[in-house]
Amino acid sequence: MAEAALRVEGLSKAFGGLVASDRVSLDLRAGEIHALIGPNGAGKSTLIGQIAGWIRPDAGRVLLAGRDVTRLSPARRARLGLGRTFQVSTLALPLSARRNAMIGALARAGGAWGFVRPLMRERALTEAADAALARVGLAARADTPAAELSHGERRRLELACALAGAPRALLLDEPLAGMGPEGAAQMTELLDALRREVPILLVEHDMDAVFRLADRITVLAMGRVIAHGPPAAIRADAAVRATYLGQDDQPEAADV
Amino acid sequence: MAEDARDTRATLALLAALAAAAAGAHALGEPFYVNMAARVAILAMAAAGLNLALGFGGMVSFGHAAFFGLGGYAAGVAAWHAANQIPLASWPVLVPGTDRMIVVWAAAAATGGLAALLIGALSLRTSGVQFIMITLAFAQMFYYFAISWPAYGGEDGLPIYLRNGIEGLDVYDPFTFFAICFVWLAATLAGTARIMRARFGAALTMARLSEARLASAGVDPFPVRLTAFALSGAVTAVAGALNADLNGFVGPSALSWKMSGELMAFVILGGVGRLGGPVAGAAAFVLLEHFLGAATERWVLVFGALLLGVTLFARGGLLGLLAGRARHG
Ligand SMILES: Nc1ncnc2c1ncn2[C@@H]1O[C@H](COP(=O)(O)OP(=O)(O)O)[C@@H](O)[C@H]1O
Ligand SMILES: [Mg+2]
Repeated sequence: MAEAALRVEGLSKAFGGLVASDRVSLDLRAGEIHALIGPNGAGKSTLIGQIAGWIRPDAGRVLLAGRDVTRLSPARRARLGLGRTFQVSTLALPLSARRNAMIGALARAGGAWGFVRPLMRERALTEAADAALARVGLAARADTPAAELSHGERRRLELACALAGAPRALLLDEPLAGMGPEGAAQMTELLDALRREVPILLVEHDMDAVFRLADRITVLAMGRVIAHGPPAAIRADAAVRATYLGQDDQPEAADV
Repeated sequence: MAEDARDTRATLALLAALAAAAAGAHALGEPFYVNMAARVAILAMAAAGLNLALGFGGMVSFGHAAFFGLGGYAAGVAAWHAANQIPLASWPVLVPGTDRMIVVWAAAAATGGLAALLIGALSLRTSGVQFIMITLAFAQMFYYFAISWPAYGGEDGLPIYLRNGIEGLDVYDPFTFFAICFVWLAATLAGTARIMRARFGAALTMARLSEARLASAGVDPFPVRLTAFALSGAVTAVAGALNADLNGFVGPSALSWKMSGELMAFVILGGVGRLGGPVAGAAAFVLLEHFLGAATERWVLVFGALLLGVTLFARGGLLGLLAGRARHG
Protein backbone atom coordinates (compact mmCIF):
# COMPACT_ATOMS: atom_id res chain seq x y z
CA MET A 1 0.00 0.00 0.00
CA ALA A 2 1.22 3.47 -0.80
CA GLU A 3 2.43 5.59 2.08
CA ALA A 4 -0.29 7.91 3.42
CA ALA A 5 0.26 11.60 2.60
CA LEU A 6 -0.26 12.30 6.25
CA ARG A 7 -0.48 10.01 9.24
CA VAL A 8 -1.23 10.87 12.85
CA GLU A 9 -0.44 8.29 15.51
CA GLY A 10 -1.72 8.50 19.08
CA LEU A 11 -1.59 12.29 19.38
CA SER A 12 -2.40 13.44 22.88
CA LYS A 13 -2.55 16.93 24.29
CA ALA A 14 -3.83 18.26 27.58
CA PHE A 15 -4.29 21.90 28.56
CA GLY A 16 -4.01 21.65 32.32
CA GLY A 17 -6.69 19.17 33.25
CA LEU A 18 -8.51 19.49 29.96
CA VAL A 19 -7.73 16.73 27.50
CA ALA A 20 -8.00 18.31 24.06
CA SER A 21 -6.56 15.36 22.13
CA ASP A 22 -6.80 11.83 23.46
CA ARG A 23 -4.69 9.31 21.53
CA VAL A 24 -5.97 10.44 18.16
CA SER A 25 -4.90 8.43 15.12
CA LEU A 26 -5.91 9.02 11.54
CA ASP A 27 -4.45 9.18 8.09
CA LEU A 28 -4.92 11.06 4.85
CA ARG A 29 -4.51 9.26 1.55
CA ALA A 30 -3.83 10.50 -1.93
CA GLY A 31 -6.90 11.69 -3.80
CA GLU A 32 -9.20 11.93 -0.81
CA ILE A 33 -10.99 14.43 1.35
CA HIS A 34 -10.98 13.26 4.94
CA ALA A 35 -13.42 15.25 7.05
CA LEU A 36 -12.85 15.84 10.74
CA ILE A 37 -16.05 16.74 12.52
CA GLY A 38 -17.24 17.10 16.07
CA PRO A 39 -19.00 19.56 18.35
CA ASN A 40 -17.44 22.84 19.43
CA GLY A 41 -14.52 22.27 21.73
CA ALA A 42 -14.06 18.69 20.52
CA GLY A 43 -10.40 19.41 19.79
CA LYS A 44 -10.42 19.75 16.01
CA SER A 45 -8.40 22.95 15.83
CA THR A 46 -6.02 21.68 18.49
CA LEU A 47 -5.42 18.59 16.38
CA ILE A 48 -4.79 20.68 13.26
CA GLY A 49 -2.42 22.83 15.31
CA GLN A 50 -0.42 19.78 16.37
CA ILE A 51 -0.26 18.41 12.85
CA ALA A 52 0.94 21.75 11.48
CA GLY A 53 3.46 22.21 14.29
CA TRP A 54 2.02 25.16 16.22
CA ILE A 55 1.07 23.06 19.23
CA ARG A 56 3.49 20.55 20.70
CA PRO A 57 1.76 17.25 21.48
CA ASP A 58 2.32 15.54 24.82
CA ALA A 59 2.56 12.19 23.06
CA GLY A 60 2.18 10.68 19.62
CA ARG A 61 3.68 11.25 16.18
CA VAL A 62 2.93 13.11 12.99
CA LEU A 63 4.21 11.58 9.76
CA LEU A 64 4.29 13.44 6.49
CA ALA A 65 4.64 11.02 3.57
CA GLY A 66 6.18 8.57 6.01
CA ARG A 67 8.61 11.07 7.52
CA ASP A 68 8.36 11.83 11.23
CA VAL A 69 7.91 15.59 11.53
CA THR A 70 6.70 15.66 15.14
CA ARG A 71 9.61 17.80 16.31
CA LEU A 72 9.83 20.14 13.32
CA SER A 73 8.75 23.79 13.23
CA PRO A 74 5.64 24.86 11.30
CA ALA A 75 7.85 26.39 8.61
CA ARG A 76 9.87 23.18 8.18
CA ARG A 77 6.67 21.15 7.84
CA ALA A 78 5.36 23.63 5.30
CA ARG A 79 8.56 23.25 3.30
CA LEU A 80 8.03 19.49 3.38
CA GLY A 81 4.68 19.99 1.69
CA LEU A 82 2.15 20.60 4.44
CA GLY A 83 -0.21 23.45 3.56
CA ARG A 84 -2.89 24.88 5.79
CA THR A 85 -5.50 27.53 6.33
CA PHE A 86 -6.60 28.83 9.72
CA GLN A 87 -10.01 28.99 11.30
CA VAL A 88 -9.37 32.71 11.88
CA SER A 89 -8.00 34.55 8.87
CA THR A 90 -4.25 35.19 8.74
CA LEU A 91 -4.18 37.26 5.57
CA ALA A 92 -2.14 40.44 5.46
CA LEU A 93 -5.10 42.74 4.97
CA PRO A 94 -3.27 45.81 3.63
CA LEU A 95 -1.54 43.79 0.91
CA SER A 96 -3.02 42.86 -2.45
CA ALA A 97 -4.37 39.39 -3.09
CA ARG A 98 -1.39 38.72 -5.34
CA ARG A 99 1.13 39.80 -2.70
CA ASN A 100 -0.52 37.50 -0.18
CA ALA A 101 -0.44 34.59 -2.60
CA MET A 102 3.18 35.32 -3.59
CA ILE A 103 4.24 34.89 0.02
CA GLY A 104 2.60 31.49 -0.15
CA ALA A 105 4.98 30.53 -2.95
CA LEU A 106 8.08 32.08 -1.39
CA ALA A 107 9.63 29.00 0.21
CA ARG A 108 8.90 26.72 -2.68
CA ALA A 109 10.40 29.19 -5.16
CA GLY A 110 13.69 29.75 -3.39
CA GLY A 111 13.05 31.27 0.03
CA ALA A 112 13.25 34.70 1.60
CA TRP A 113 16.91 35.47 0.97
CA GLY A 114 16.71 37.78 -2.00
CA PHE A 115 17.77 41.35 -1.41
CA VAL A 116 18.05 42.82 -4.86
CA ARG A 117 15.58 41.70 -7.49
CA PRO A 118 12.14 43.30 -7.18
CA LEU A 119 9.43 40.87 -6.17
CA MET A 120 7.23 41.79 -9.08
CA ARG A 121 9.96 40.64 -11.45
CA GLU A 122 10.27 37.24 -9.79
CA ARG A 123 8.55 35.22 -12.46
CA ALA A 124 8.42 32.02 -10.43
CA LEU A 125 6.58 33.87 -7.66
CA THR A 126 4.17 35.89 -9.75
CA GLU A 127 3.29 32.87 -11.87
CA ALA A 128 2.69 30.61 -8.88
CA ALA A 129 0.57 33.30 -7.24
CA ASP A 130 -1.48 34.03 -10.34
CA ALA A 131 -2.07 30.34 -10.97
CA ALA A 132 -3.26 29.88 -7.39
CA LEU A 133 -5.53 32.92 -7.62
CA ALA A 134 -7.00 31.64 -10.88
CA ARG A 135 -7.52 28.24 -9.28
CA VAL A 136 -9.78 29.77 -6.59
CA GLY A 137 -11.48 32.18 -8.99
CA LEU A 138 -9.77 35.35 -7.82
CA ALA A 139 -7.74 36.18 -10.94
CA ALA A 140 -9.72 39.36 -11.48
CA ARG A 141 -9.10 40.45 -7.89
CA ALA A 142 -5.32 40.00 -7.91
CA ASP A 143 -4.53 43.67 -7.35
CA THR A 144 -7.22 44.28 -4.75
CA PRO A 145 -6.07 44.67 -1.13
CA ALA A 146 -7.24 41.73 0.95
CA ALA A 147 -9.03 44.22 3.20
CA GLU A 148 -11.37 45.10 0.35
CA LEU A 149 -12.32 41.52 -0.49
CA SER A 150 -15.61 40.03 0.65
CA HIS A 151 -15.57 37.43 3.39
CA GLY A 152 -16.00 34.61 0.91
CA GLU A 153 -13.23 35.96 -1.30
CA ARG A 154 -10.92 36.14 1.68
CA ARG A 155 -11.55 32.52 2.55
CA ARG A 156 -10.70 31.60 -1.01
CA LEU A 157 -7.59 33.79 -0.91
CA GLU A 158 -6.45 31.90 2.20
CA LEU A 159 -6.80 28.74 0.19
CA ALA A 160 -4.88 30.30 -2.70
CA CYS A 161 -2.03 31.20 -0.32
CA ALA A 162 -1.81 27.57 0.72
CA LEU A 163 -2.07 26.32 -2.86
CA ALA A 164 0.68 28.66 -4.05
CA GLY A 165 3.07 26.59 -1.96
CA ALA A 166 2.18 23.47 -4.00
CA PRO A 167 1.34 21.42 -0.89
CA ARG A 168 1.26 17.62 -0.84
CA ALA A 169 -1.26 17.57 1.99
CA LEU A 170 -3.69 20.30 2.93
CA LEU A 171 -5.25 21.10 6.31
CA LEU A 172 -8.33 23.29 6.11
CA ASP A 173 -9.89 24.56 9.33
CA GLU A 174 -13.51 25.52 8.64
CA PRO A 175 -13.09 27.02 5.16
CA LEU A 176 -16.86 27.53 4.87
CA ALA A 177 -17.34 29.29 8.19
CA GLY A 178 -19.40 32.44 7.94
CA MET A 179 -20.17 32.02 4.26
CA GLY A 180 -23.55 32.48 2.68
CA PRO A 181 -25.11 29.63 0.70
CA GLU A 182 -23.67 30.88 -2.56
CA GLY A 183 -20.14 31.19 -1.23
CA ALA A 184 -20.41 27.82 0.47
CA ALA A 185 -21.53 26.16 -2.76
CA GLN A 186 -18.65 27.77 -4.64
CA MET A 187 -16.09 26.65 -2.07
CA THR A 188 -17.57 23.14 -1.96
CA GLU A 189 -17.22 22.83 -5.71
CA LEU A 190 -13.67 24.10 -5.52
CA LEU A 191 -12.67 21.59 -2.84
CA ASP A 192 -14.38 18.80 -4.71
CA ALA A 193 -12.15 19.38 -7.72
CA LEU A 194 -9.07 20.05 -5.62
CA ARG A 195 -8.89 16.59 -4.08
CA ARG A 196 -7.42 15.24 -7.29
CA GLU A 197 -4.44 17.56 -6.88
CA VAL A 198 -3.88 17.38 -3.15
CA PRO A 199 -5.47 15.32 -0.36
CA ILE A 200 -7.39 17.43 2.14
CA LEU A 201 -7.98 17.02 5.85
CA LEU A 202 -11.11 19.10 6.23
CA VAL A 203 -12.51 20.46 9.47
CA GLU A 204 -15.99 21.70 8.75
CA HIS A 205 -19.30 22.31 10.47
CA ASP A 206 -21.42 22.54 7.36
CA MET A 207 -22.80 18.98 7.29
CA ASP A 208 -24.19 19.27 3.79
CA ALA A 209 -20.74 20.09 2.51
CA VAL A 210 -19.10 17.41 4.67
CA PHE A 211 -21.38 14.63 3.49
CA ARG A 212 -21.10 15.77 -0.05
CA LEU A 213 -17.30 16.05 -0.06
CA ALA A 214 -15.90 13.53 2.34
CA ASP A 215 -14.51 10.18 1.26
CA ARG A 216 -14.04 9.35 4.91
CA ILE A 217 -15.11 11.01 8.11
CA THR A 218 -13.53 11.00 11.56
CA VAL A 219 -15.70 12.16 14.43
CA LEU A 220 -14.09 13.73 17.49
CA ALA A 221 -15.75 14.31 20.84
CA MET A 222 -13.91 15.57 23.90
CA GLY A 223 -10.61 14.92 22.18
CA ARG A 224 -11.36 11.30 21.32
CA VAL A 225 -12.16 9.62 18.03
CA ILE A 226 -15.66 8.24 18.57
CA ALA A 227 -16.29 7.12 15.03
CA HIS A 228 -14.50 6.73 11.77
CA GLY A 229 -15.62 5.53 8.37
CA PRO A 230 -17.31 6.39 5.08
CA PRO A 231 -20.11 8.99 5.20
CA ALA A 232 -22.92 6.44 5.04
CA ALA A 233 -21.59 4.57 8.05
CA ILE A 234 -21.11 7.79 10.02
CA ARG A 235 -24.65 8.90 9.26
CA ALA A 236 -25.91 5.62 10.62
CA ASP A 237 -23.63 5.50 13.67
CA ALA A 238 -25.60 5.57 16.91
CA ALA A 239 -22.88 7.16 19.01
CA VAL A 240 -22.41 9.94 16.48
CA ARG A 241 -26.13 10.61 16.32
CA ALA A 242 -26.28 10.80 20.08
CA THR A 243 -23.39 13.18 20.64
CA TYR A 244 -23.51 15.21 17.54
CA LEU A 245 -25.80 14.81 14.62
CA GLY A 246 -28.69 14.10 16.97
CA GLN A 247 -28.47 17.63 18.32
CA ASP A 248 -31.12 18.33 15.80
CA ASP A 249 -29.21 19.31 12.76
CA GLN A 250 -27.79 22.45 14.22
CA PRO A 251 -24.35 21.24 15.05
CA GLU A 252 -22.81 24.59 15.67
CA ALA A 253 -24.11 27.88 14.68
CA ALA A 254 -20.76 29.43 15.21
CA ASP A 255 -17.36 28.65 16.55
CA VAL A 256 -15.18 31.35 15.21
CA MET B 1 2.67 50.37 -5.44
CA ALA B 2 1.31 53.81 -6.20
CA GLU B 3 2.02 54.75 -2.60
CA ASP B 4 5.52 53.46 -3.08
CA ALA B 5 6.04 55.89 -5.94
CA ARG B 6 4.63 58.79 -3.92
CA ASP B 7 6.85 57.89 -0.99
CA THR B 8 9.86 57.79 -3.27
CA ARG B 9 9.04 61.22 -4.70
CA ALA B 10 8.56 62.78 -1.28
CA THR B 11 11.82 61.19 -0.11
CA LEU B 12 13.72 62.51 -3.12
CA ALA B 13 12.25 65.96 -2.53
CA LEU B 14 13.42 65.92 1.09
CA LEU B 15 16.91 64.82 0.08
CA ALA B 16 17.05 67.54 -2.58
CA ALA B 17 15.99 70.15 -0.02
CA LEU B 18 18.66 68.99 2.40
CA ALA B 19 21.37 69.07 -0.25
CA ALA B 20 20.20 72.49 -1.46
CA ALA B 21 20.24 73.88 2.08
CA ALA B 22 23.79 72.65 2.62
CA ALA B 23 24.96 73.94 -0.75
CA GLY B 24 23.29 77.30 -0.14
CA ALA B 25 24.89 77.67 3.28
CA HIS B 26 28.23 76.69 1.79
CA ALA B 27 27.89 79.26 -0.99
CA LEU B 28 27.00 81.95 1.55
CA GLY B 29 30.05 81.04 3.63
CA GLU B 30 28.03 79.71 6.57
CA PRO B 31 29.87 76.57 7.74
CA PHE B 32 27.70 76.46 10.85
CA TYR B 33 24.64 75.68 8.79
CA VAL B 34 26.54 73.24 6.61
CA ASN B 35 27.43 71.35 9.77
CA MET B 36 23.80 71.51 10.83
CA ALA B 37 22.80 69.89 7.55
CA ALA B 38 25.42 67.21 8.15
CA ARG B 39 23.87 66.61 11.57
CA VAL B 40 20.44 66.21 9.97
CA ALA B 41 21.88 63.70 7.48
CA ILE B 42 23.57 61.71 10.26
CA LEU B 43 20.55 61.62 12.57
CA ALA B 44 18.30 60.78 9.62
CA MET B 45 20.60 57.90 8.70
CA ALA B 46 20.60 56.63 12.29
CA ALA B 47 16.81 56.82 12.36
CA ALA B 48 16.59 55.18 8.92
CA GLY B 49 18.48 52.27 10.46
CA LEU B 50 15.91 52.13 13.24
CA ASN B 51 13.08 52.44 10.74
CA LEU B 52 14.16 49.19 9.12
CA ALA B 53 13.54 47.39 12.43
CA LEU B 54 10.72 49.48 13.87
CA GLY B 55 8.85 50.58 10.79
CA PHE B 56 9.35 47.87 8.22
CA GLY B 57 9.91 44.99 10.63
CA GLY B 58 7.54 45.99 13.43
CA MET B 59 10.31 45.51 16.02
CA VAL B 60 9.88 48.43 18.40
CA SER B 61 13.43 48.85 19.65
CA PHE B 62 13.95 51.31 22.47
CA GLY B 63 17.66 50.53 22.52
CA HIS B 64 19.08 51.76 19.23
CA ALA B 65 21.36 54.17 21.09
CA ALA B 66 23.42 51.06 21.81
CA PHE B 67 24.28 50.80 18.12
CA PHE B 68 24.63 54.54 17.60
CA GLY B 69 26.99 54.74 20.55
CA LEU B 70 28.94 51.62 19.62
CA GLY B 71 29.53 53.07 16.16
CA GLY B 72 30.70 56.31 17.74
CA TYR B 73 33.05 54.50 20.09
CA ALA B 74 34.36 52.40 17.21
CA ALA B 75 35.41 55.65 15.52
CA GLY B 76 36.70 57.19 18.73
CA VAL B 77 38.64 54.18 19.94
CA ALA B 78 40.21 53.51 16.54
CA ALA B 79 41.28 57.13 16.26
CA TRP B 80 42.61 57.20 19.83
CA HIS B 81 44.78 54.16 19.19
CA ALA B 82 46.01 55.61 15.93
CA ALA B 83 46.82 58.96 17.53
CA ASN B 84 48.65 57.35 20.44
CA GLN B 85 50.23 54.68 18.27
CA ILE B 86 49.09 51.96 20.63
CA PRO B 87 47.81 48.84 18.86
CA LEU B 88 44.16 47.90 19.49
CA ALA B 89 45.22 44.32 19.97
CA SER B 90 48.51 42.53 19.76
CA TRP B 91 47.27 38.97 19.88
CA PRO B 92 46.56 36.76 17.94
CA VAL B 93 47.34 39.32 15.26
CA LEU B 94 48.53 42.85 15.59
CA VAL B 95 45.60 45.24 15.10
CA PRO B 96 46.72 48.84 14.91
CA GLY B 97 44.38 51.79 15.40
CA THR B 98 43.25 53.60 12.31
CA ASP B 99 42.35 57.09 11.24
CA ARG B 100 40.93 56.04 7.91
CA MET B 101 37.18 56.59 7.70
CA ILE B 102 36.54 53.61 5.47
CA VAL B 103 38.10 51.23 7.96
CA VAL B 104 36.29 52.99 10.80
CA TRP B 105 32.96 52.59 9.01
CA ALA B 106 33.56 48.91 8.45
CA ALA B 107 34.48 48.50 12.11
CA ALA B 108 31.40 50.44 13.21
CA ALA B 109 29.10 48.44 10.95
CA ALA B 110 30.59 45.16 12.17
CA THR B 111 30.36 46.19 15.82
CA GLY B 112 26.81 47.49 15.53
CA GLY B 113 25.69 44.56 13.40
CA LEU B 114 27.16 41.99 15.75
CA ALA B 115 25.71 43.70 18.81
CA ALA B 116 22.31 43.78 17.12
CA LEU B 117 22.66 40.14 16.18
CA LEU B 118 23.35 39.27 19.81
CA ILE B 119 20.64 41.50 21.28
CA GLY B 120 18.18 40.38 18.63
CA ALA B 121 18.91 36.71 19.20
CA LEU B 122 18.17 37.17 22.89
CA SER B 123 15.14 39.43 22.60
CA LEU B 124 13.31 38.73 19.34
CA ARG B 125 11.39 35.80 20.81
CA THR B 126 9.50 38.40 22.80
CA SER B 127 7.29 41.14 21.47
CA GLY B 128 5.34 44.20 22.52
CA VAL B 129 6.25 45.91 25.78
CA GLN B 130 8.58 43.08 26.72
CA PHE B 131 10.68 43.64 23.61
CA ILE B 132 10.78 47.38 24.24
CA MET B 133 12.01 46.84 27.79
CA ILE B 134 14.63 44.24 26.87
CA THR B 135 16.16 46.41 24.15
CA LEU B 136 16.18 49.34 26.58
CA ALA B 137 17.90 47.19 29.20
CA PHE B 138 20.62 46.10 26.77
CA ALA B 139 21.29 49.68 25.73
CA GLN B 140 21.53 50.74 29.38
CA MET B 141 24.09 47.98 29.94
CA PHE B 142 26.29 49.48 27.24
CA TYR B 143 25.74 52.93 28.70
CA TYR B 144 26.88 51.94 32.19
CA PHE B 145 29.74 49.97 30.76
CA ALA B 146 30.98 53.07 28.89
CA ILE B 147 30.63 55.21 31.99
CA SER B 148 32.53 52.85 34.21
CA TRP B 149 35.35 51.93 31.84
CA PRO B 150 38.05 54.54 32.36
CA ALA B 151 40.34 53.47 29.50
CA TYR B 152 38.28 55.39 26.96
CA GLY B 153 37.29 58.41 28.96
CA GLY B 154 34.57 56.89 31.12
CA GLU B 155 32.00 59.48 32.03
CA ASP B 156 33.92 62.26 30.27
CA GLY B 157 33.83 60.58 26.90
CA LEU B 158 36.53 60.36 24.29
CA PRO B 159 37.69 63.30 22.21
CA ILE B 160 38.73 62.70 18.60
CA TYR B 161 41.42 65.31 18.08
CA LEU B 162 41.97 64.55 14.42
CA ARG B 163 38.95 63.76 12.31
CA ASN B 164 39.28 60.39 10.58
CA GLY B 165 40.07 60.87 6.93
CA ILE B 166 39.59 59.59 3.42
CA GLU B 167 42.35 59.63 0.82
CA GLY B 168 41.90 62.49 -1.59
CA LEU B 169 39.22 64.34 0.38
CA ASP B 170 39.53 67.31 2.70
CA VAL B 171 37.24 66.05 5.43
CA TYR B 172 37.73 69.27 7.39
CA ASP B 173 35.88 71.15 4.71
CA PRO B 174 32.35 71.23 6.14
CA PHE B 175 30.70 70.80 2.77
CA THR B 176 32.88 67.81 1.90
CA PHE B 177 32.01 66.23 5.23
CA PHE B 178 28.34 66.98 4.65
CA ALA B 179 28.59 65.36 1.24
CA ILE B 180 30.03 62.20 2.80
CA CYS B 181 27.16 62.02 5.29
CA PHE B 182 24.64 62.80 2.59
CA VAL B 183 25.91 60.02 0.35
CA TRP B 184 25.61 57.60 3.26
CA LEU B 185 22.05 58.73 3.95
CA ALA B 186 21.05 58.44 0.30
CA ALA B 187 22.69 55.03 0.02
CA THR B 188 20.89 53.86 3.15
CA LEU B 189 17.51 54.95 1.83
CA ALA B 190 18.17 53.52 -1.64
CA GLY B 191 19.32 50.25 -0.09
CA THR B 192 16.26 50.10 2.16
CA ALA B 193 13.92 50.73 -0.76
CA ARG B 194 15.67 48.03 -2.76
CA ILE B 195 15.58 45.43 -0.03
CA MET B 196 11.97 46.15 0.84
CA ARG B 197 10.94 45.60 -2.76
CA ALA B 198 12.73 42.26 -2.93
CA ARG B 199 11.88 38.87 -1.44
CA PHE B 200 13.45 39.72 1.88
CA GLY B 201 11.32 42.83 2.25
CA ALA B 202 8.19 40.89 1.38
CA ALA B 203 9.03 38.31 4.03
CA LEU B 204 9.83 41.00 6.61
CA THR B 205 6.55 42.76 5.86
CA MET B 206 4.69 39.49 6.26
CA ALA B 207 6.51 38.77 9.52
CA ARG B 208 5.09 42.07 10.77
CA LEU B 209 1.58 41.68 9.37
CA SER B 210 0.94 37.96 9.73
CA GLU B 211 3.61 35.78 11.22
CA ALA B 212 1.40 32.69 11.05
CA ARG B 213 0.86 33.11 7.31
CA LEU B 214 4.61 33.48 6.71
CA ALA B 215 5.50 30.38 8.73
CA SER B 216 2.71 28.43 7.04
CA ALA B 217 4.30 29.34 3.73
CA GLY B 218 7.50 27.66 4.89
CA VAL B 219 9.52 30.73 5.88
CA ASP B 220 10.72 30.99 9.46
CA PRO B 221 9.98 34.51 10.68
CA PHE B 222 12.77 34.57 13.26
CA PRO B 223 15.86 34.60 11.01
CA VAL B 224 14.17 37.15 8.75
CA ARG B 225 13.57 39.47 11.68
CA LEU B 226 17.01 38.85 13.12
CA THR B 227 18.69 39.73 9.82
CA ALA B 228 16.69 42.93 9.55
CA PHE B 229 17.58 43.81 13.13
CA ALA B 230 21.30 43.23 12.49
CA LEU B 231 21.21 45.35 9.32
CA SER B 232 19.36 47.99 11.26
CA GLY B 233 22.02 48.01 13.99
CA ALA B 234 24.84 48.18 11.46
CA VAL B 235 23.32 51.20 9.69
CA THR B 236 22.70 53.07 12.93
CA ALA B 237 26.26 52.31 14.03
CA VAL B 238 27.79 53.80 10.88
CA ALA B 239 25.72 56.92 11.53
CA GLY B 240 27.14 56.91 15.06
CA ALA B 241 30.67 56.84 13.66
CA LEU B 242 29.91 59.79 11.37
CA ASN B 243 28.42 61.63 14.33
CA ALA B 244 31.57 61.11 16.38
CA ASP B 245 33.66 62.53 13.54
CA LEU B 246 31.30 65.46 13.10
CA ASN B 247 31.55 66.39 16.77
CA GLY B 248 35.17 65.35 17.27
CA PHE B 249 33.87 63.57 20.32
CA VAL B 250 32.02 60.51 21.49
CA GLY B 251 30.66 60.07 24.99
CA PRO B 252 28.23 57.95 26.97
CA SER B 253 25.38 60.28 26.03
CA ALA B 254 25.42 58.66 22.57
CA LEU B 255 24.45 55.44 24.34
CA SER B 256 21.80 56.91 26.61
CA TRP B 257 18.12 56.06 26.58
CA LYS B 258 17.45 59.67 25.61
CA MET B 259 19.26 59.03 22.33
CA SER B 260 17.16 55.89 21.78
CA GLY B 261 14.04 57.91 22.45
CA GLU B 262 15.07 60.64 20.03
CA LEU B 263 15.71 58.17 17.23
CA MET B 264 12.33 56.63 17.91
CA ALA B 265 10.73 60.08 17.87
CA PHE B 266 12.30 60.84 14.46
CA VAL B 267 10.85 57.66 13.03
CA ILE B 268 7.40 58.20 14.49
CA LEU B 269 7.27 61.91 13.65
CA GLY B 270 8.47 61.27 10.10
CA GLY B 271 6.13 58.32 9.57
CA VAL B 272 6.63 54.76 10.74
CA GLY B 273 7.77 52.55 7.87
CA ARG B 274 7.86 55.45 5.42
CA LEU B 275 11.08 55.55 3.43
CA GLY B 276 11.87 59.25 3.90
CA GLY B 277 10.21 59.51 7.31
CA PRO B 278 13.48 59.60 9.26
CA VAL B 279 14.73 62.52 7.13
CA ALA B 280 11.61 64.55 7.86
CA GLY B 281 11.70 63.63 11.55
CA ALA B 282 15.39 64.41 12.04
CA ALA B 283 15.17 67.66 10.08
CA ALA B 284 12.18 68.85 12.12
CA PHE B 285 14.05 68.05 15.33
CA VAL B 286 17.27 69.81 14.37
CA LEU B 287 15.46 72.86 13.01
CA LEU B 288 13.27 73.23 16.10
CA GLU B 289 16.26 72.71 18.36
CA HIS B 290 18.17 75.46 16.62
CA PHE B 291 15.52 78.08 16.04
CA LEU B 292 13.38 77.56 19.11
CA GLY B 293 16.20 76.35 21.35
CA ALA B 294 17.78 79.80 21.10
CA ALA B 295 14.57 81.39 22.38
CA THR B 296 13.49 78.94 25.04
CA GLU B 297 14.79 75.97 26.92
CA ARG B 298 11.37 74.47 26.61
CA TRP B 299 11.62 73.86 22.86
CA VAL B 300 11.47 70.13 23.59
CA LEU B 301 7.89 70.75 24.70
CA VAL B 302 7.12 72.13 21.27
CA PHE B 303 8.75 69.10 19.67
CA GLY B 304 6.68 66.87 21.95
CA ALA B 305 3.50 68.69 21.01
CA LEU B 306 4.36 68.33 17.32
CA LEU B 307 5.00 64.64 17.80
CA LEU B 308 1.71 64.22 19.60
CA GLY B 309 -0.19 66.18 16.97
CA VAL B 310 1.27 64.20 14.10
CA THR B 311 0.69 60.88 15.85
CA LEU B 312 -2.92 61.74 16.60
CA PHE B 313 -3.93 63.47 13.41
CA ALA B 314 -1.59 62.36 10.61
CA ARG B 315 -1.33 58.60 10.53
CA GLY B 316 1.47 58.53 7.99
CA GLY B 317 3.58 61.04 9.92
CA LEU B 318 5.19 64.05 8.24
CA LEU B 319 5.97 61.95 5.20
CA GLY B 320 2.36 60.92 4.96
CA LEU B 321 1.44 64.60 4.85
CA LEU B 322 4.08 65.22 2.18
CA ALA B 323 3.31 62.16 0.09
CA GLY B 324 -0.42 62.56 0.30
CA ARG B 325 -1.90 59.40 1.65
CA ALA B 326 -1.41 56.82 4.37
CA ARG B 327 0.67 53.91 3.27
CA HIS B 328 -1.00 50.55 3.01
CA GLY B 329 0.72 47.94 5.13
N1 LIG C 1 -4.28 27.19 24.19
C1 LIG C 1 -5.27 26.59 24.91
N2 LIG C 1 -5.23 26.60 26.25
C2 LIG C 1 -6.20 26.02 26.98
N3 LIG C 1 -7.25 25.39 26.46
C3 LIG C 1 -7.35 25.34 25.12
C4 LIG C 1 -6.37 25.94 24.27
N4 LIG C 1 -6.73 25.73 22.98
C5 LIG C 1 -7.87 25.04 23.02
N5 LIG C 1 -8.25 24.79 24.29
C6 LIG C 1 -9.41 24.02 24.72
O1 LIG C 1 -9.30 22.76 24.11
C7 LIG C 1 -10.57 22.32 23.70
C8 LIG C 1 -10.55 22.03 22.22
O2 LIG C 1 -10.50 23.26 21.52
P1 LIG C 1 -10.46 23.34 19.94
O3 LIG C 1 -9.41 22.44 19.46
O4 LIG C 1 -10.37 24.77 19.55
O5 LIG C 1 -11.89 22.78 19.55
P2 LIG C 1 -12.66 22.78 18.17
O6 LIG C 1 -11.78 23.36 17.13
O7 LIG C 1 -13.01 21.36 17.93
O8 LIG C 1 -13.88 23.62 18.39
C9 LIG C 1 -11.57 23.39 24.08
O9 LIG C 1 -12.17 23.04 25.31
C10 LIG C 1 -10.72 24.61 24.23
O10 LIG C 1 -11.28 25.49 25.16
MG1 LIG D 1 -11.95 25.01 15.88
